[in-house]
Amino acid sequence: MAANKDVIYGINGPVVTVKNTRTFSMMEMVYVGESRLVGEIIGINDKFTTVQVYEETTGLKPGDPIYGTGGPMNVLLGPGIIDNIFDGIERPLKAIEEKSGSFISRGASVSSLDLEKLWDVKIKVKKGDRLEGGMIYATCPETQIIEHRFMVPPTISGTVTKVEKDGKYRLEDTIVTIEDKNGNEHELKLCQRWPIRQARPNAQRLPADIPLITGQRVMDTMFPIAKGGTAAIPGGFGTGKTMNQHQLAKWCDADIIVYVGCGERGNEMSQVLDEFSELIDPKSGRPMTDRTVLIANTSNMPVAAREASIYTGLTLAEYYRDMGYHVAIMADSTSRWAEALREISGRLEEMPAEEGFPAYLPSRLSEFYERAGRIKTLSGDEGSVTIIGAVSPQGSDFSEPVTQNTKRFTRCFWALDKSLAYARHYPAINWMDSYSEYFTDLDPWFRKNLGEDFIKYRNKITALLHEESALMEIVKLIGSDVLPDEQKLVIETAKAIRVGFLQQNAFHADDTFVPLEKQKLMMKAILHLYNKAKHIIAAAIPISRITELGLFEKLAKMKYDIPNSKPEMFDELIADMDKSLATLTE
Amino acid sequence: MILDYVGVKEINGSLIVLDDVEDAFFEEMVDIRLDNGTIRHGRIVQIEGKRVVVQVFEGTKSISLDNTRTRLKARPMELALSPEILGRVFSGAGDPIDGFGEVYPEKRANINGTPMNPVSRIYPRNYINTGISTIDTLTTLIRGQKLPIFSGSGMKHNELAVQIVRQAKISDTEDNNFCVVFAAMGVKNDVADYFRRSFDESGVLSRVVMFLNLANDPIIERTLTPRCALTAAEYLAFELNMHVLVIMTDMTSYAEALREFSSSKGEIPGRKGFPGYLYSDLASLYERAGMVKGSTGSVTQIPILTMPNDDITHPVPDLTGYITEGQIVLDRQLEGQGIYPPVSVLPSLSRLMKDGIGEGYTRSDHQALANQLFAAYARVQDARSLASVIGEEELSPTDKKYMQFGKLFEQYFVNQGYTENRMVEQSIDLGWKLLSTLPRTELDRVDDALLDEHYIDDPDSIRFDDFEKAESSEDNDD
Repeated sequence: MAANKDVIYGINGPVVTVKNTRTFSMMEMVYVGESRLVGEIIGINDKFTTVQVYEETTGLKPGDPIYGTGGPMNVLLGPGIIDNIFDGIERPLKAIEEKSGSFISRGASVSSLDLEKLWDVKIKVKKGDRLEGGMIYATCPETQIIEHRFMVPPTISGTVTKVEKDGKYRLEDTIVTIEDKNGNEHELKLCQRWPIRQARPNAQRLPADIPLITGQRVMDTMFPIAKGGTAAIPGGFGTGKTMNQHQLAKWCDADIIVYVGCGERGNEMSQVLDEFSELIDPKSGRPMTDRTVLIANTSNMPVAAREASIYTGLTLAEYYRDMGYHVAIMADSTSRWAEALREISGRLEEMPAEEGFPAYLPSRLSEFYERAGRIKTLSGDEGSVTIIGAVSPQGSDFSEPVTQNTKRFTRCFWALDKSLAYARHYPAINWMDSYSEYFTDLDPWFRKNLGEDFIKYRNKITALLHEESALMEIVKLIGSDVLPDEQKLVIETAKAIRVGFLQQNAFHADDTFVPLEKQKLMMKAILHLYNKAKHIIAAAIPISRITELGLFEKLAKMKYDIPNSKPEMFDELIADMDKSLATLTE
Repeated sequence: MILDYVGVKEINGSLIVLDDVEDAFFEEMVDIRLDNGTIRHGRIVQIEGKRVVVQVFEGTKSISLDNTRTRLKARPMELALSPEILGRVFSGAGDPIDGFGEVYPEKRANINGTPMNPVSRIYPRNYINTGISTIDTLTTLIRGQKLPIFSGSGMKHNELAVQIVRQAKISDTEDNNFCVVFAAMGVKNDVADYFRRSFDESGVLSRVVMFLNLANDPIIERTLTPRCALTAAEYLAFELNMHVLVIMTDMTSYAEALREFSSSKGEIPGRKGFPGYLYSDLASLYERAGMVKGSTGSVTQIPILTMPNDDITHPVPDLTGYITEGQIVLDRQLEGQGIYPPVSVLPSLSRLMKDGIGEGYTRSDHQALANQLFAAYARVQDARSLASVIGEEELSPTDKKYMQFGKLFEQYFVNQGYTENRMVEQSIDLGWKLLSTLPRTELDRVDDALLDEHYIDDPDSIRFDDFEKAESSEDNDD
């Protein structure tokens, strides 16, 4: 392993070249210079080998050594990942802080996971058992709510020849030994390695027919996403991408959240750290950090590591998926990742395609999103990886290459709208531009769990919003006074939908997460008023008499007035509305 | 062993190429001595074997292929730091230009800095009272934040920045801990002078460190200016525990300097000819704002940038907006109406505001009021666009109320005197007063309890003229 070594020839930013060498292989991980900066081989020809360095290259000089590792860029997988925060190449930031202080110095070499910590391991196999790749040979509690399941690396199988007892072990202790059919012995430890750019194998892909419940009304009801699905959140700056990602990370019903802060703000990451350690997960009663992995490669950290951070996050997510968990990965933002690709491609003097992005941008994006899915694991469990990627279009222009290509490879599109954000309508998801392709996959689930009505209500609400949008074209030209009462009612109702239903207050204790049942009842209340009012207007009573009753305002505030725990109050609300309306027809 | 390399191999824009150089390292500093005795400074930006490319800060004018002797200085670009830098004036490359001689350094720091570990950051929560209603109430500036001013040429961004410096009070600390780092990049001589004079008048000059790269100074130096300034700011904040306000103007000139340098290096251009790494480069500056554990100081940045052609989608404001924690956008139309500061409320935003206001910081009703003001003012825009089609007369009564609200809002809330220093409570009360001119049913972002407390039911009792009086009699704390 130490044998392959060579020296630097040229340096240009994060790109380092080696001349006349046959030492390294493509995508091999290397250490550059005396301070052992982490790098990766990204190009080889007969004259030059090109290395992408994941850290600042200031101070490197020609003749400095480059050490090969013999394998591709990989991450260490084992207990201790959850409740941790890593940079783009899985270096633990807390441990680095202890070592080098508040600012990250270069070449900080710290093991990704704590090698000294003792884990309380329970062995699940006995001597003579036949183990295939992906099968679980032991478990240990990783956090209070997550059980870590140790799996045989997918490439290995064989018969158990030696087993340790249950007890406390360190990460690199061998607890099970197996012998494969060629008679080779493999030691199974508490950790394994996996190359980040390679998807982990699974037994079978399953259909995307279970929704990922987020508690966000506009997402759950209007544009639902499936477990194992892919979604994109595009939006210009200030439209609330990060806010939405945070909300999803806090409330969606995945078992584990991998949050990748890719080229974003440092203060945002410290906010996530602060908030998640204070927030208590309502389902488990434990802090959110007990089920969260953070990857923080902020915008001022090296650009090459930013490119890797997405894959690192994905590999960690797949590892937990293979244990049989539902994992959701938030990537904020994929545009920064695409820009990192562009930046490196520029340094390599590759021929640029659209807007300077490399021609392989679409294929990289599709490779990334295709690693999502609900699957049967090699050990027969069910797990999923859901990818939710934020996109930051340049100049808020959705026609730019990253947004356009992302649109092709994701099935759910939550388009954020600047004008909604300016009016502080949050979440600023535009209901006209967004879409979800999961409706047909998920409708059976909704039908079964929430009844036929749910879908009926949703369709009606969507129809009303579309009708309003068409009417607004007219209103913009001639004002709303000239519309017939029936159309005025549509506008009033749509306003109640927008303010009362679509808008959701992330800072309100009840409104930040709303169960599906309440979402359904809210729709029911709105449509109830709409239908009743329609009858009253048909009896030639002017709409102004209805609006005077203040019922629409009541609908706008029902999200605050009715606690999540008291759905029966909707019956009272509807009865109240009926009573008020009855005064008009008496 | 110190070697001088005689002559150069190639000259291209601000770059020179040297051959047969031994032992050079990436980003090493070099001195270039011309035959006429002048010394220029440069930095190695690319190495290929023994061929090195050097960026000359002062430009390559009058350099020929063989009139130079180049010496490698065996260290990267560093800034000399000591507490004495307060009150001093430096060039864009960090050399003193005020005639008081060299700084005797307590330490030297690489101007590129090192990235702050996200784990070590303290999430910023304390607001800075700027005394400006629109900023304090709607886009609250938080200590440790980076909040740029997006402006256009000819608008009053400099006045606004000076007013912020003059009035900025940090909610919970003693004043003597406060200082300003000012980085001028490609600004006009008059503008730099205006800032200097204004700092002097408000008595803060002895707590200001200035880095000046004027419009006619070399562009390579300009790419170093913000880095020098931020290195000084980090030193003052994290080693001397001061609260540092960094004003950087004009970021557009900086980005253009970067573009010029990039194209002379022959790099592949991205959008509008700016290099593909503009985002990472800007981020390496803006991300140096913040607070870290183990220090009580903070770096707060107010970068100013002029949007070419007032276009907010231009790469520089666009990328800046993606990195910074919000923005204050100035509007030419408001400026035309004589409103100062001409803050365009709707696109302005402070991302850190939500955690630095409310109970314990400003006032418990702050967030609700801000939401409602935004929502109401957004409605004003709808009413206005409708009025421009069908005429104001034809508007519905509610829309007319909004039109009136819009006018009052701009006249009394946005507009305020250049020397007027409003307390945040005063601004919040004014906000409620303005909202009370709208029917109570329209205020759907606020819950009833707050309305009961703050909504003024009697429309006749709402007067704004007392505010005008206050404006003239307001005395300044400075």
